[in-house]
Amino acid sequence: MTREDVFEKLNEVFRDVFDDEDIYVNGATTSKDIECWDSLMHITLISEVEAAFDIHFEMKDKMAMKTVGEMADRILELSGETHKNTIMK
Amino acid sequence: MKELEYPFDGNEIIGKKRRLRKQLLNDGSRRITKRIAILGGSTTNDIRLCLELFLLNYGIEPEFYESEYSQYYQDAMFPPEELLSFAPDFIYIHTSFRNIERFPSINDASEMVDQMIKNEVQKFTSIWDHLFEVFHCPIIQNNFEKPFYRLLGNKDCSDIHGKVSFVNRLNQKWAEYAETHENFYVCDIDYISSDYGLSAWHDLESWYLYKYSLSLSAIPLLAFNVANIIKSILGKNKKGFVLDLDNTLWGGVIGDDGIDNIEIGPEDAMGEAYLEFQKYLKEHHQLGILLTVDSKNEEENALEGLRHPDSVLRPEDMAVIKANWESKDRNFVQIAKDLNLLPESLVFVDDNPSERYIVTEQICGVSAPEIGPVQNYIRVLDRSGFFETTLFSAEDFMRSQMYHGNVQRAKMKSRFENDTDYLLSLNMAGTIKPFEPVLYARIAQLSNKSNQFNLTTHRYTREEIAGIAADENYIDLCGRLEDRFGDNGIVSVVIGHTKNAVVNIESWIMSCRVLRRNMEYAMMDEFVASCKERGIETIVGWYYPTAKNKMVRNFYSLHGFEKTMEDSEGNTKWELRVSDYTPGNHVIRVNGREL
Repeated sequence: MTREDVFEKLNEVFRDVFDDEDIYVNGATTSKDIECWDSLMHITLISEVEAAFDIHFEMKDKMAMKTVGEMADRILELSGETHKNTIMK
Repeated sequence: MKELEYPFDGNEIIGKKRRLRKQLLNDGSRRITKRIAILGGSTTNDIRLCLELFLLNYGIEPEFYESEYSQYYQDAMFPPEELLSFAPDFIYIHTSFRNIERFPSINDASEMVDQMIKNEVQKFTSIWDHLFEVFHCPIIQNNFEKPFYRLLGNKDCSDIHGKVSFVNRLNQKWAEYAETHENFYVCDIDYISSDYGLSAWHDLESWYLYKYSLSLSAIPLLAFNVANIIKSILGKNKKGFVLDLDNTLWGGVIGDDGIDNIEIGPEDAMGEAYLEFQKYLKEHHQLGILLTVDSKNEEENALEGLRHPDSVLRPEDMAVIKANWESKDRNFVQIAKDLNLLPESLVFVDDNPSERYIVTEQICGVSAPEIGPVQNYIRVLDRSGFFETTLFSAEDFMRSQMYHGNVQRAKMKSRFENDTDYLLSLNMAGTIKPFEPVLYARIAQLSNKSNQFNLTTHRYTREEIAGIAADENYIDLCGRLEDRFGDNGIVSVVIGHTKNAVVNIESWIMSCRVLRRNMEYAMMDEFVASCKERGIETIVGWYYPTAKNKMVRNFYSLHGFEKTMEDSEGNTKWELRVSDYTPGNHVIRVNGREL
């Protein structure tokens, strides 16, 4: 999965969660850029991103990720690991 | 809405809640508004959002008061002005084992542990008692889920120091309070969490990060249960099942396989599964839930199947049997008509997805759950909460008897030349009296669920009914109707507000199961008699049209009222001089008086 793929999929998740078809996220997007992205919606967002990518963020990272770029980095790391695990099995 | 019907996907609901909410609010349906206060002992934000979705789906538009984080105790004991002026119709207290102040430690003597139980019980009962005193509304209270670890292993449940034992004892106390307090309902998260899977329920990340006492994904299931309790209190339960036969009540196709080859009974796995499902339905029948048959079969084959020696369900358990080659949706509508019920109050149970599709496509608002293979039937139907029981009135027990009576009455009717002869033959006796405390809950329930024979569609809470009963400026009457086939229970309610020599009829409701029995004339006679006693000279009636109450648009003209106003929306006002009234009931004996 490339970084572009990750952003494309993230964009879908954001649109679903915030119910807004005009959202375009990039690496620098933060909660300030999206209406309704408060700490409560953050909880929903994280759980939906986890479901969409079939990954599980570490607890310490969940509240710490501030930009969509950081989120994408974590997703790439984690899905890389998932990929490795699959090969090892 | 499909996404909100059991078995639903909790994660999907959490993720799409904003979109689902918008869809529900824009679907054009009319809803009753209810105010709900959520008093939480942990985070409740998503619980509120999910509860809103399920209630909207049940035709209830909620307004919420939500306590600040974990302020349930303070809000209950010292309600802030905001909560007082909110005046909730329902209070939901979302507490969990995280809110138990002290668990026993291993050295505590047994008297000490008893005292700790007492302390918890006292803390909570003082909350409930106080809320009842201030708000007079139903309280929905979680019991406790099992803790997520067992210090003593299996002994945790049998040793007084075990947390499992402690929680079990508290839950017993909650149940005892519910047994002795009419308006108190336990939300059984002990069962819900074990059903969900205790390990998955206790997603500790959700607790550490967000202070949710349960997993995010489990929140929709919890909210669904709370919504079921609320809609049940409001009289919005389903009333019966419409059942397919082949591969639903037994395995195989009776017309092809023959009576000897259908699968029912304890001989093999399939037969056992259908047998247990039949027993499950029979238990509903005993609760007063109606059973009916909608099957593509020759009628004689259908009856033969139900007379199979191992069939627990018998032909006489079925209020209506439609076994023919008509399409299922047409039979369905006919069944509802025979029972004088709205189609949406019946649940369609059929193993065949295309039949389920036709029925839900053709008839608006009907539930046709995806029941899966036979071993899943009970689980899916049971978890769907169609018949969530809150108010156990004698009427509910009698309901199926009453509807059986309806069918017998219909048979009798065809033997009579004219309606009056038929009605007289029913030997009807009415009791029409002002509201009494034991009936408040039933009267409120009737006001919330009656849509067709309802002139103003004004909804009342139990407390409002109590208030009206106590207020001298109201003329309030409720009517019970019995006949040779059984007691129909409380079937009609009239509420009039008096001022000087004029009474305005705020609400006039009658249950559709007694349509065309002249009960409305008996009610009007009594209402006018009450007016005379009080020196009322003029009666004013109102009709506010809705999508469902067209049948009563000329109700007042039948009773001799003159239309005095009509606005562009079809709202009409009617007036009658008390001295001009002629009694209209000649077929029902009222309050023991002879005809």
